[in-house]
Order: sequence, then C-alpha cells, then structure tokens
Amino acid sequence: MKHLDEYRDAETARRLAASIHREADTDRRYRLMEFCGGHTHAIFRYGIEDLLPANIEMVHGPGCPVCVLPTGRLDMAIRLAKRDGVILASYGDMLRVPGSKGQSLMKAKADGADIRMVYSTLDALKLAEANPDREVIFFAIGFETTTPPTALAIEAAAKAKLGNFSVFCNHVLTPSAIAAILEAPAVRDLGAVEIDGFLGPAHVSVVIGSQPYEFFAEEYRKPVAISGFEPIDILQSILMLVRQLNEGRAEVENQYIRAVTRDGNLRAKQAVSRIFELRRDFEWRGLGHIPYSALRLKDAYAAFDAERRFDEPYIASEGNKACACPAILRGAKKPTDCRLFGSVCTPETPLGSCMVSSEGACAAYYSYGRMRERTQ
Amino acid sequence: MKIVALTGPETAKVSLGGIVKEISIALIDDPKPGDYVVLHVGYALAKIDEAEAERTLALLAAEGSDALAEFSAAGEATEAPP
Repeated sequence: MKHLDEYRDAETARRLAASIHREADTDRRYRLMEFCGGHTHAIFRYGIEDLLPANIEMVHGPGCPVCVLPTGRLDMAIRLAKRDGVILASYGDMLRVPGSKGQSLMKAKADGADIRMVYSTLDALKLAEANPDREVIFFAIGFETTTPPTALAIEAAAKAKLGNFSVFCNHVLTPSAIAAILEAPAVRDLGAVEIDGFLGPAHVSVVIGSQPYEFFAEEYRKPVAISGFEPIDILQSILMLVRQLNEGRAEVENQYIRAVTRDGNLRAKQAVSRIFELRRDFEWRGLGHIPYSALRLKDAYAAFDAERRFDEPYIASEGNKACACPAILRGAKKPTDCRLFGSVCTPETPLGSCMVSSEGACAAYYSYGRMRERTQ
Repeated sequence: MKIVALTGPETAKVSLGGIVKEISIALIDDPKPGDYVVLHVGYALAKIDEAEAERTLALLAAEGSDALAEFSAAGEATEAPP
C-alpha cells in the first residue's frame, strides 16, 4: 500500500536507529514527549523504544481524548443517555470508560439506556433522521481532528431543520494542553516533568498546521518535530529532535510534510470557527482546570447544544483515587508505577481511562510493553 | 487511503488495501479519484502531497547508511540496536 509500506520498512528503521545512536550525546539525556496518543500507541506497537539509546526517553503525553475527559463529563453523558426518549450516539472507545460509582456507558446500556456506537458524525445524523420521535445526542469528544466533523454535522442538522439532533460538546484544544504542561502553576503543583522536546501530533497538525507550535519553540525554547504515525516517521522525527538539541536549536520542524502545511486545513478551521467558540474554563483529567482550553457551541447554535437544551449540570468527580491516570497523563508517572496496573486494572476491566483507549499509555503498555522490563 | 470514486458532492469511496469504505470529502479541496487522503472518523482531513512524500523518501534513502556500516564493522550488530 502506497504511503504506508515505505514508512514501515525495517531496513530504513535500522539506518535511522544507527544515526540516532551515533548522534545522541552520551553525556546528556533527551526527554522527548510524544503529545499524541496515536504516537504512544505506535511507539509501543512497533517497539520504537527498543531501537533507542538508553539516554533517549519517550515521555507519554496527554493527547488521548478519551483519557483526558474528566469523570464528571462522562457522568453527564451517562445522565443524558438515561433520560426518557434519548438515543446517545458515541464513538466506541467511550463506552467502557469508568465514571463515578462504577458506572459506564456500557453499564447504562445494559440497564436499558439507548446508547449507539457510531463511527462518524454522519452516522449520528442518520440516527436522528431515522428516529424523528426520539432525541439523538451525539457525545462529541476529541481534539482538533474530530471537531471539524462535529461542526459539519451541526451545520447539516441546522440546514435540514433536524430538531431532534444535538451535541454534547467536549472538544478540547491541543495548544492549550501543551501550554499547561509547560507552564501552568496548577500542573506544577501536581508535579510536572522536565521535557526537552516535543513530537508534534500528526492528524491534529493536519488540521491546525505547524504554525501554532512556533510559540512553544520560541517562548519556551523547546524544539518540536511534527511527526507522522508510522514507525519510520517517528524515528525520523526523533532524529530531528536529537539534532536540534545537539545544535542548541529550538524550531518547529515538519517531518509529516506530506500532509501538514504551516496553515493547516483552512476549510476545517473555518467550519470550526463558524460553529464553536472558546469555553472560559474546562477541566482536564490529569491537568486540572485550564482556561480557554475547550470549545462550546455559539449562541446561534444553542438549540443544538445538549448541555443547554437539557440543562444538564457539570458535577466534578474524582474518580478512583488509587488510579494514577492523572500523573501518567502529565508524563510524571509511568503506567507501571501505578499499583492497579495489570493486576486489577486491565483493558478487560479498566479502572482508569488510560487503560480503556488503545491510545492510552496504560493500554499501550499492557498490550505491547508489559513484558518488556522483565526481559531487560 | 486512496479515493477510488466520487459518489456525491461531498462523499467518496476510498480503499485501503482492498477494504472499501464511503467517507466524507467535505473538508478537502478538489478531491479526485487516485488521490491519497488522511482519513479520520470518516472524514478526509487532507490530501497526501505526492511531491513532498517523494522528498521525504529521498531524505530517508540517504539517511544512516554510513552509521549502520560503522556499527556493523564495530561488531555491535548483535547487541541492542542497531
């Protein structure tokens, strides 16, 4: 398959790894955060860490949309789903995320709530068209990649006067989370981690472009390499970061230039700005409250905003206290540092969000990495 | 993901190694059969830029042969990578 096989080639990987080994300075450490959960998954799936010298450490970031949604927002989705006449349409990976008091969408479904798994916002629209006597609520989550599809669905619903469709909006912003990791006092109090450089997300950057990262490179002197999702992409990006750090540069480099431009996808950005505006405050699991870090529907589209339409309040909830997800999401702890990991918390019976999504660090460790430390 | 056919003003069929799926092309400019796209939750987010892909592959082709040869010559090939 073109544009895929080339970036999974073993011989190319060996050459890149050789360059990384030769150029990495043994007198220093390289702590590189891959922001995006898609990268976390790929790093474990392809055993990237085993190709790196010991002084290059990959720190797993908070870019897993399922993982960063706080328990209180999931509880809201469960309450919405349990209302009479409601069909809640959700991306599949939200269904097993634990809410408060052992609840989850899966359990609510078993108890009789009408919860449907959808692949795309188009499926949610079709559900609303097919069920005119029901209220269809789309549980919208995710970073800048899933936001434009939600925006287009709302526009389509408005155009078709689809009065029984609404969106429970939980869309969040990548640059806000990176800024929070770099500077927010709340995160400092919670215990942060020193990071030397960032592997920039792939699909998020396709939408927002490389420009938003320039601020982090300039202001915080942290190099960024925007990386594709394949193993060769990741190795090449790591090499770019090693070179920048060796040369004392802090720039935004674009490894995924076959899909990412400086300005990103204008059509997608315009769709988002027509429908959404910034929320003054949003709570993130692991990062706490971050101002202007999430989106809500503009007043003109209030009729499609499930929070306003059903007057559903947000009630903060702590989740399982023994779960180390919050620290893992900041890169301050590894999954294996959590005493629940792999014993009572597994992908089959997750106690924390990081074990649910395949993009979560705990799920990636469990699926591909949990035997790794034993063999070393 | 390769576009194999346009099926409507904002929809297309794409193929990934033989698996065919209908997706939205509402977010990209000027989609055509034969274009490769980045797909996310049922929406094409971008077209792959063929010229940039070739440049990336050219960079990759030139990377690390000498470093790999050095490591092999030093007898380190049997150790942890490379």
